[in-house]
Amino acid sequence: MAKVKLPRKSTAIDMTAMCDVAFLLLTFFMLTSNFTQKEPVMVNTPSSISEIKIPERNIMTILVDKTGKVFFGIDGQEKRIELLKKMGDAYSIQFSDKELKEFSLISRFGVPIEQMQDFLALKSTDRDLQENAIGIPCDSLNNQFKNWVRFARIVNPQIRIAIKADQTTAYPIIKNVMNTMQDLDENRYNLITSLEQNPEKLIF
Amino acid sequence: MAEVDTESKGGKKGKKKGAKKVSTRIDFTPMVDLGFLLITFFMLTTTMIKPQTMEIAMPSREKVAEDEQTKVKASRAITIILGKSNKVFYYEGTRENDIDPKVEVTDFSAKGLRQFLIQKNYDVMVKVEDLRKEKLDKQIPDEEFEKRKSELMADKKAPIVIIKATDEASYKNLIDVLDEMAICNIGRYAIVDITDYDRELILNLNI
Repeated sequence: MAKVKLPRKSTAIDMTAMCDVAFLLLTFFMLTSNFTQKEPVMVNTPSSISEIKIPERNIMTILVDKTGKVFFGIDGQEKRIELLKKMGDAYSIQFSDKELKEFSLISRFGVPIEQMQDFLALKSTDRDLQENAIGIPCDSLNNQFKNWVRFARIVNPQIRIAIKADQTTAYPIIKNVMNTMQDLDENRYNLITSLEQNPEKLIF
Repeated sequence: MAEVDTESKGGKKGKKKGAKKVSTRIDFTPMVDLGFLLITFFMLTTTMIKPQTMEIAMPSREKVAEDEQTKVKASRAITIILGKSNKVFYYEGTRENDIDPKVEVTDFSAKGLRQFLIQKNYDVMVKVEDLRKEKLDKQIPDEEFEKRKSELMADKKAPIVIIKATDEASYKNLIDVLDEMAICNIGRYAIVDITDYDRELILNLNI
């Protein structure tokens, strides 16, 4: 029997087109991305129908976890350095240049100012450990949180306040934070929530 | 497109004659691999959705003179008290002629607090809904829509809601109740500290 000779076809595919697509997507993701910021604690925000987006710049984030620990952070590296200097002056702690530099790289922190130097001396990977998430004191005897907010306002007058708290956080803790703001005459702030569908057809 | 001209590579010593034609095709597979690897990385590390926020303005601490304070008309006032385990208490008006207002208990479901608020704020709800329809039909710009909506919400007969939270309430309850305000188009509301009188009212319910 005569074999039908099939012409051998090359199995190599032209990858050029695929390469184009891959790099197109890559460019898209690189340009649109803003990295997830590391947070010292897990916070499940409640949901709301509000669709206002949070601004990207000039924002002060106050993070409250479910046990009531308060974390704080502002954006802008120079602003962070200025802020820590001011806090250092207020609590008569001298921060070295290296410590200031380290501090400018931290987006959120939650340690009392007395332990700030130890905290900054840690390796960046160790800072996220659970035992280092102490929270900023914000009771009436030692309200360091109030000073952080006050100095952040001085450092950056345009700053806006965003409060991100866990669903299960008890109301007295939130009330305490809000009262602190009111003491400082900071009456407008944003509460960070996740999106929920707006119920349609309410009355018709 | 992707071919690179390497023809001259063949003839190193200037002898073009007889130079072997080297294939100019480059294998793109590793490059595609790399491309997709990077895409995966960026996809996993990015947050596409920016978090939502709810804007809130609290009253300032400055003491306002007694005669300058805005007195809430008792007939317009609705007091909402956030209790423990997601319970909501509400009453209308205030204590009059030594008779306590009737306190009702409900929850955050659509049939609970929302229904009550919609019923109380029905006129405004209808007007805002009409406005929304008009917006869809006639393409009113967003700014104008917001302006007219806030005008409607400032209606003189619309209820004024006073939100009070007990210490047992959670942050979620607070957000939920603020959300209900937005859903039910209630223009005027305030978060106020709870009073002993309100605590007593709830205690008397024995729930």
